[in-house]
Amino acid sequence: MSATLHPIDKIVGKAVPVPGANMDTDRIIPARFLKCVTFDELAGKMFYDERFNADGTSKGHPIDAPQYAGAAIIIGGENFGCGSSREHAPQAIKRSGIRAVVAESFAEIFFGNASGIGLPCVCVSAADLAVINTGLAEHSEAEWTLDLRTMQFANGAASYPIYMPNEPREAFLTGRWDAVTELMNATARVEELARALPAPGYTPPNHAC
Amino acid sequence: MGKTLYQKVWEAHTVGTLPDGRTQLFIATHYVHEVTSPQAFAMLRENGLPVLHPERTFATVDHIIPTDDQREPFADERAQKMISALRSNCQEAGIRFFDLPSGQQGIVHMIGPELGISQPGMTIVCGDSHTATHGAVGAVAMGIGSTQVRDVLATQTLAFSPLRVRQVRVEGRLHPGVTAKDVALHIIRKLGAQGGLGYAYEFAGSVVEQMDMDGRFTLCNLAIEGAARCGYVNPDETTFAYLKGRPYVPQGADWDTAIKRWRSFASDADAVYDDIVRIEAADIEPTVTWGTSPDMSVNISAVLPELSQATSDEQKRAWQAAYEYMKFTPGEQIKGKKVDVVFIGSCTNGRMQDFRAVAPLLKGQHVASGVRALAVPGSQMTAKMCEDEGIADIFRQAGFEWRLPGCSMCLAMNPDKLVGDQLCASTSNRNFKGRQGSPAGRTLLMSPLMAVATAVTGCISDPREIFPDTQP
Repeated sequence: MSATLHPIDKIVGKAVPVPGANMDTDRIIPARFLKCVTFDELAGKMFYDERFNADGTSKGHPIDAPQYAGAAIIIGGENFGCGSSREHAPQAIKRSGIRAVVAESFAEIFFGNASGIGLPCVCVSAADLAVINTGLAEHSEAEWTLDLRTMQFANGAASYPIYMPNEPREAFLTGRWDAVTELMNATARVEELARALPAPGYTPPNHAC
Repeated sequence: MGKTLYQKVWEAHTVGTLPDGRTQLFIATHYVHEVTSPQAFAMLRENGLPVLHPERTFATVDHIIPTDDQREPFADERAQKMISALRSNCQEAGIRFFDLPSGQQGIVHMIGPELGISQPGMTIVCGDSHTATHGAVGAVAMGIGSTQVRDVLATQTLAFSPLRVRQVRVEGRLHPGVTAKDVALHIIRKLGAQGGLGYAYEFAGSVVEQMDMDGRFTLCNLAIEGAARCGYVNPDETTFAYLKGRPYVPQGADWDTAIKRWRSFASDADAVYDDIVRIEAADIEPTVTWGTSPDMSVNISAVLPELSQATSDEQKRAWQAAYEYMKFTPGEQIKGKKVDVVFIGSCTNGRMQDFRAVAPLLKGQHVASGVRALAVPGSQMTAKMCEDEGIADIFRQAGFEWRLPGCSMCLAMNPDKLVGDQLCASTSNRNFKGRQGSPAGRTLLMSPLMAVATAVTGCISDPREIFPDTQP
């Protein structure tokens, strides 16, 4: 396993609003797109049914508005990424060119999945989120900077504090967000636990008790 | 100071602390299915990593399989490719796969407990959010993503930060006609779809203590719909009676040792919780959702909420969007709404007791004309018992399509889907937009009892009115 580290400390780019509380992963990537054995086909499919009618015509979602084209940051609402654990959701977002998500709060599983693939999810207060969204509507092409060192989300002079638990923040800053390399370091202790903690074991029906 | 089950399981499975501060947690039991595992196996191959403890991973196929004709090759080539990939991945790694011909295939969250693989005191994970279900046996069970599936396959561990623990006490006595599903929907409405963020839920109180295991599975299954990543019930005599004799639990003298060990994981009487919420059983009525989030629900006899009743602008906007999507109006009755489809099944309510409880009521009744009714046992073992007990025939004679085990119409990854803006009375777990396969499809979540009453009348019904002798 390669131990190359990829620190992530700053994301700079345009931001696009994806408003609403409880943005579930079925809406982020509808189940029909999950019928695949790789994540390769998910690019461009994020929020598909939110963006397109059945006949493929646009519903006019901000993601498809010219002024937000090329956005690197999604601005979401409360409990973003709730519902299904499908990693296809953050994969679709990342593979569609998004490099960070800012929201009021995140569902746990989504947050973990996104962190594991190098897609930082940071929280802002509800009050700041409202101001950010207003600013975004007025200056849709503005460049934003999300800084995991200073924990600020800034657009020119305006700057808003962002929140992320210490552990994932540290993982991003040190480039250890893909945990597998670290997890492979404790072999002896893992084997000790594997011996101590019973595994489910099959007993044939005719087992003599 | 006492400890909670969550703390005890966490401590027993702690490998150490990672450089970023997260805990490396040993995973006792891991389940995989066809949708979220092929990417993980591919990542292992790319990196030349073997599966470290194949004896701790168990596989089955559930999401993509058709529930009418399961002969292969499936009509859907992509579905066929997914089951074939799982088969070869398991074979290559030496992972036990409960395949279609095994007689033990079914929804992963049903077969794990049915086979006795999910046991008290374990850490259990699976690439599926409803893994929370397994917490009902007294385990810490959590949904994970595919990259984490890779981590478990390669290292039998995961990086986690601990959750806080909220005890949800349901006290008193449930009214007749109120089931575990109603309790869960009531809790979600009270605490909000985001209310459990950062928490594990310990379900307790007299109602939970008296609840049978299938009810506890329903309750824990829906913890995630209230944003709690895991829900659990402390192991007790009900748990042990359920597990005894199942194929993967210890037998003979080992059984007594196991019970003793399992009992030690239960929360101490003086355990300290981060939060305690008390729910009065007497307040819970048969409950049905009306919107596009599981917390948008009402008592069956209530009218739909006015937008002015929303407690925040955010909620008001969400309700407004939900009303628009559902084509409902604030202030109107949900009872009496004509439905197109009734679906009884899923990892939430496709269990033995779900079918046993409603079969006697359905005897001699018939599904209303114009309604398509599907009954889908969640596993082959449950399906067989339903046949043996005559339950399947009661459903067939009543005009239900009695189908083969799988996730079916819960999630639109197999041929069972809504069409257009059909309204579906569903015992599943999510009423999200498009969840049941049509981008305009509309889902009303409810108990199997209410679903059967609704199937018979053709419109959303109070089971207590349709079946006056209904007992809890």
